[in-house]
Amino acid sequence: MNNKEKKATRQSYGEELANLGESNNKVVVLDADLSAATKTSIFAKKFPDRFFDMGIAEQNMIGTAAGLATCGKIPFASTFAMFAAGRAYDQIRNSICYPNLNVKICATHAGITVGEDGATHQMIEEISLMRTIPNMTVICTSDDTQTRWAVNEIAKFEGPVYLRLCRLATPKIYENEKFEIGKGIQIGDGTDATIIATGVVVAEAIGAMKELRDRGINIRVIDMHTIKPIDEDIIIKAAKETKKIITIEDHSIIGGLGSAVCEVLSENYPTKVYRMGIKDEFGKSGKAEDLLKYFKIDKNAIIEAVTSKD
Amino acid sequence: MENNLEKIANKIRINTIKEVYNAKSGHPGGSLSIADILAVLYFKEMKIDPKNPKDENRDRFVLSKGHCSPALYATLALKGFFSVEELKKFRNINSILQGHPDMKKIPGVDMSTGSLGQGLSAANGMAIAGKLDKKDYRVYAILGDGEIEEGQVWEAAMASSKYKLDNLCVFIDNNNLQIDGSIDKIINPYPIDKKFESFGFYVIKINGNDTKEIEEALTRAKEVKGKPTAIIAKTIKGKGVSFMEDSVGWHGKAPNEEEYKIALKELGGEADE
Repeated sequence: MNNKEKKATRQSYGEELANLGESNNKVVVLDADLSAATKTSIFAKKFPDRFFDMGIAEQNMIGTAAGLATCGKIPFASTFAMFAAGRAYDQIRNSICYPNLNVKICATHAGITVGEDGATHQMIEEISLMRTIPNMTVICTSDDTQTRWAVNEIAKFEGPVYLRLCRLATPKIYENEKFEIGKGIQIGDGTDATIIATGVVVAEAIGAMKELRDRGINIRVIDMHTIKPIDEDIIIKAAKETKKIITIEDHSIIGGLGSAVCEVLSENYPTKVYRMGIKDEFGKSGKAEDLLKYFKIDKNAIIEAVTSKD
Repeated sequence: MENNLEKIANKIRINTIKEVYNAKSGHPGGSLSIADILAVLYFKEMKIDPKNPKDENRDRFVLSKGHCSPALYATLALKGFFSVEELKKFRNINSILQGHPDMKKIPGVDMSTGSLGQGLSAANGMAIAGKLDKKDYRVYAILGDGEIEEGQVWEAAMASSKYKLDNLCVFIDNNNLQIDGSIDKIINPYPIDKKFESFGFYVIKINGNDTKEIEEALTRAKEVKGKPTAIIAKTIKGKGVSFMEDSVGWHGKAPNEEEYKIALKELGGEADE
């Protein structure tokens, strides 16, 4: 993990989307007046004819993307997670997922790590919203390498995808790893505990793993970049091989990754699961790093959870 | 003298009544109001081929007021996209004919609809794609007058205008009724013509139950360059069945056997064996 090369997944998304535009002319991009923040502005500058700024009108943006997809385009629609998955939920469900249209909803600024903008802009419920819709695939990437892979992979993948991206710059975790939709990445093979993480907090989990190793505690981290379909095998294997299962996400503990892991284990290998995340409350303004600490989803909180007696 | 399109519209109405009667549910009122528009679109105007329903050069149609599926299904069946026999299974668990249009199950349906207010956005997407690909197909949509109370419609209207979608033609089925009553009393969307005009549309006002006026409006719409067209079609909800006409109670109700027989008699249809 390279702490010097920090980059936000929204930035990696924007850069790679502009690259994708060159190799795939079916790709069209829509944004809702946030292209500078979602980084679709990079694509817009390069391919103005295939970029559509729909204004502050997310419901229409999603519906338009659906119409474009019926004509063979591969629309990438971006705005903040709050307004994509929240504001336009009905449009995502009925105009995209029900007809199983090939639209990629790439939502940035997910989670409390949005920071200073505060609760109204901190989407912490949408993994739950998106994964319950039939036909939808849900991906949440953790670093630059993985995000670049995801952008290219979802363009090849036929069907609706929700790609969850973040504002906070995080360390580079991967170099040349191979990823696959629906397959988690196991990092380390300790048996004292498993931390199943997704997105921006994967780096926190890896940081905790390294510190714990110095104390003689060996854990493993599972980077669950695909939340739906979830990798059941890697979860069941971890439950069998390790003493403790902990999930962590920059999202509500209700309905997100933690819930998805519990669903798998309760049906296949009943195991106590400790869910770290936002505990049924709204976020608040502050620096992203301070908020990770405040909401106890940072490295130190993970170390505490691993070493506590329960 | 009844022209051919009027005969087709009448057949759409007869089949609409049969569908709703057989399903014992569905939306006859708004289906009967749009029968004439559908007849002109599918039997005169649109470039479509029932044998090749996914032809990428075809004209597109979005029934944004998806609950009026009985009229659309009748039209598609009469045009030959699937058998008229299938109409008997409308809303049945074993049928392709869902309560609201499903583009994955039903040949000839270009967009799944049902949740109101979403169809114009999809139609915009199709029209933008046509422009990107330099194809000359046209995109048609029908919105309900109650439906335009949805905010998304106006988001979409701004976009139709921004992207100069002169390959897009939208009908507003102005039958003046929504489930809870008259649209002007529930949450008044009038003046509909001025609203669309101010959103950048070329607006044509017609009697939407007159096939001649519909034909003429569509011809005019094709001549408009640089902006989308909205045809405000004044219609009668329940048109063609005396006791359903202009009656809000027939928005989403199936006729009983007696009412069914009267309705068919008035339309000159015969009950199925």
